[in-house]
Formats: sequence, C-alpha cells, structure tokens
Amino acid sequence: MSTSDAKRSWSWVIPTLYILFLILPIYWLINMSFKSNSEILGDFSLWPQRPTIANYMVIFTDPSWYNGYINSIIYVVMNTVISVAAALPAAYAFSRYRFLGDKHLFFWLLTNRMAPPAVFALPFFQLYSAFGLIDTHIAVAIAHCLFNVPLAVWILEGFMSGVPKEIDETAYIDGYSFPRFFVKIFMPLIASGIGVAAFFCFMFSWVELLIARTLTTTDAKPIAATMTRTVSASGMDWGVLAAAGVLTIIPGALVIYFVRNYIAKGFALGRV
Amino acid sequence: MNKTWNNKAWFLVMPVLLLVAFSAIIPLMTVVNYSVQDTFGNNQFFWAGTDWFTDVLHSDRFWDALIRNLIFSFVILAIEVPLGILIALNMPKRGIGVPVCLVLMALPLLIPWNVVGTIWQVFGRVDIGLLGHYLRILGIDYNYTQDPVDAWVTVIVMDVWHWTSLVVLLCYAGLASIPDAYYQAAKIDGASGWSVFRYIQLPKMKRVLLIAVLLRFMDSFMIYTEPFVVTGGGPGNSTTFLSIDLVKMAVGQFDLGPAAAMSIIYFLIILLLSWVFYTVMTSQDAKS
Repeated sequence: MSTSDAKRSWSWVIPTLYILFLILPIYWLINMSFKSNSEILGDFSLWPQRPTIANYMVIFTDPSWYNGYINSIIYVVMNTVISVAAALPAAYAFSRYRFLGDKHLFFWLLTNRMAPPAVFALPFFQLYSAFGLIDTHIAVAIAHCLFNVPLAVWILEGFMSGVPKEIDETAYIDGYSFPRFFVKIFMPLIASGIGVAAFFCFMFSWVELLIARTLTTTDAKPIAATMTRTVSASGMDWGVLAAAGVLTIIPGALVIYFVRNYIAKGFALGRV
Repeated sequence: MNKTWNNKAWFLVMPVLLLVAFSAIIPLMTVVNYSVQDTFGNNQFFWAGTDWFTDVLHSDRFWDALIRNLIFSFVILAIEVPLGILIALNMPKRGIGVPVCLVLMALPLLIPWNVVGTIWQVFGRVDIGLLGHYLRILGIDYNYTQDPVDAWVTVIVMDVWHWTSLVVLLCYAGLASIPDAYYQAAKIDGASGWSVFRYIQLPKMKRVLLIAVLLRFMDSFMIYTEPFVVTGGGPGNSTTFLSIDLVKMAVGQFDLGPAAAMSIIYFLIILLLSWVFYTVMTSQDAKS
C-alpha cells in the first residue's frame, strides 16, 4: 500500500510539467501582445515592463482586422450546422439499417477525412470559381464539409448505436412518424453526441487555413489569413501579430470550457 | 446490433452523399484531368498520358519529400504515443483537477494551425523568443532558420506540443471506461503496477490507441500549415514535407501536370493507409 500511496502523491508531477510545457509558448504570445514593438525588439523581459493595449486597439478599430474574426465565426458556424444536420440522418441510416453498398459508402466517406487538403486546394478554387462562390462564407463552409461531414457521421453513428433499437420500434407502434420520432424522441437521447460532433466540426473548421485561404480574397477572409498582413515594408509588426494570435485562441478556449464534461467521452467517439 | 436490410436508408444518406460528392468527386476529377494533360497556357490542353506519373516517380524531389515525411511521422508517433499514455495514466481521476487538466490540455488543439506556427516561430526566435533566448544563454547554438537539425527539432517539438493532448484525451477516455472493480480485484491479487498496466489498462486502451496512432499518422502525413509558417520548408528543402512540396509545385510554379500526378500518387498512398485503418478497425469491432 505504501508504494501505491507514494506513487499517487507524486503522480501530479507529470501532468503539471506537461501543462507547463503547453502554457509557456502561449504565455509568451500573450506577453508579447501587451508590449510595444520597440519593447519586443529592444529589451528582453519575462513580462511587459510598459504594458500597452495599443496592439489590441489596432485590431478592434480596423475593420479589415475585426472582420476577419466575424468571417471566421460565420463560416465555422455555418459549417457546423450544415455538417451536423446532414450527418444526423446518415448516421441513423448507418447505425440502424443495412443497405446496398453501405460498407463501401462508409469507407469512402472516411477516405475524405484522410484526404490531404493540399491536394484539393487548387481544384477547389476552380470549382468554386465556376459556381461564382469564391470569397463567400458558404463556399468555405461547404468545402470544410469534405472532412467534417465524415467525422460527424462517424461520431454520431457511435452514439446512436448505443441507443437500443426497441426505442425506435416502440415509438413507431405508438404512431410516431419518422421525422417526429427523430426530432422529439431520438435527438434528445443523443444530445451529448450531437454536442460532441458539433464541437469537433467547430474545432476542425476553426483551425483549418489552407482551404479557407484559397477560397477567399477579401469579403470572407478568415482571421488566420489576415494575420499575414503584419509583414510590411517596415518589418514584422510583432505586437499586433501576437495580439491577433491571442484573440484566435479565445473562441476555442470558450468552446472547450462549455463542453468540458463531454470532452473525454467525445474523444473516444462514443465507442469505448 | 442486428440491423434490418432496407434500401430506403439511401434516402437518409443522400444529403451527405451529395454534399461530400460535390466537394470530393468533382475536384478529384479535375486533378485526374490535369494529371494526364499538358498545357502551354491559353486553356489549350494536350494529351500527355502517363508521362507526368513517370516523371514524378522518377524525381528525387518526390522521394526525398516522401522519405522526410515518413521519418517525421514515425518520430512524432514514437514521442507522442508513449508520452500521451504516460500523461493519461497520471491524470487525476476525480475532483477539480479533472476539468482543469482537460481544458488546459485541449487548448492547443483549438488553436488555428497557422497561429500554432506563429507561436513557435516567435517562441524559438533567438532575438525575441523565450526558448531561443535561453538556449543562447545556455550556450547552445540554436537557430531554426539556418540550421536544418534545429529546424527539425523545432518542427517536431511543435508537433508534440500541438498534438500529444489528442493522444492523452483518447487514452484518458479509454482509462475512464475501466470499472473500479478491476482495480480492486488486482489489488486483492497483489498485482504490481506494471501488471495492472499490462493486463488491465493497456487492453482497455487498445481501441483508442489504434484511433490515436492512425489519426496522428494520417494528420502528420498531410502536415502543411505549421511547418510552412515556422520554416517555410527550409532551410534549403530540409523541412519540405509532401504537402508543402505539392503546394509549391501547384501554386508557386504552376506546374499543374506534375502537381496533379503527385496529388494522385499522394492520395493513393493515403487511400491505401485508410483501407488498412478501416479493415483493422472493423475487424476489432467484429471481435468485441
């Protein structure tokens, strides 16, 4: 017993060191975002000697900066809604029925999750140009469905398979139509699964840049792409770059906070 | 679960099918189209057959990028998987520590990939970065923009920073599903820490570990944004992975033919790996 107690009391060391390792680079970015450029390049200090919010003011007062955030959030939310809405009936079909070509279809969907975005960047540009969709939010939202829809189907199918089939059958006997059963009875049962799927769609759409940047020029340009503007003739504007980076971390942090109780289950894709 | 045979289920799958087909099949056909043709501009195309494929398969550039990418994937797997298991085993089981750990650890996963690149670009810089500055003070000659080894170390540490949490969270989820009774039984039998890990925890984590290994392998195999921001594929070509090389070729030099041929070869490799992944996964499901 004494050995396991000793082990227990020391077990916090490893996670703590790991979290420290995760936090340090982020801290450094936050630190830089509160410094002026002359302080960043001039004297090296572990915290801002003359704290300033000028870098954040640049972002909040310049529409080309803050529109980047609005654009990103618009297409990420659109993508999450489209992905989950399309994936729900499909996941139900995969979890409840066998049909012609079901296994091949499921595999084909998964291969799209594995497709390198670099392969699709150029053809996407041409495809969306042909439809006149370049530089619109919906273009990015639909393009991100390529990898988010398969993932959402996969996660939801896992959660749905955990719901006994007798529930469906009872509902049909009670005279529920399929759509009414699905919305009124089934969706509340897998609410946590829907939350987890939405979280993953949000996450992958929010962090993806290659496709988002390819499909947009000005009106729907994501914040992550706007950040490249800080390279100017007078050198890098490190302070503003750091402030913009810090602001891109906040939405993700908020989303994690809201789903914190489901994270562990979600990462197991409802299947453990 | 026993499933009923019902082809009407196709109607339920239809929205997903249309959505993904629009974004997958049409662009893929465009790529196939380019890979077998040559162009001199003006939208005039000439049949080139399999020339581009032989070109790509015979170019050192492609093989170098492929080998670099494979080495990169294996190195990060060799670090992230054992480290992830170690951290997951030592995570707090209950109390306030659980959500705190989960939220903090999930944080890097939600940072846009180019911001991850930016964070490490800044962090490692010798003049203004915490890491670069202190390595200099310790007398280590570190400069990731000029030294290929330093560039590799930076990119690998960045990937460990970025993605180990995924392995941790997956393993944690696997461990959380083990009933307390198992541990009590092991305690009564006087099992050592190692045998608890080997015979109780590891088998329960097998499935999530498989997901972790394969997700990490796939994603590291298509890595683009993070190393591109930090090193731009350099110094020289030392951190030019497949995706970076592909984008350089397609967008930078506008060599559509070779780029398309390379895309298809790249995609076929991924397809093969996905097939292995899927087969292993479904055979696991069938066993359990």
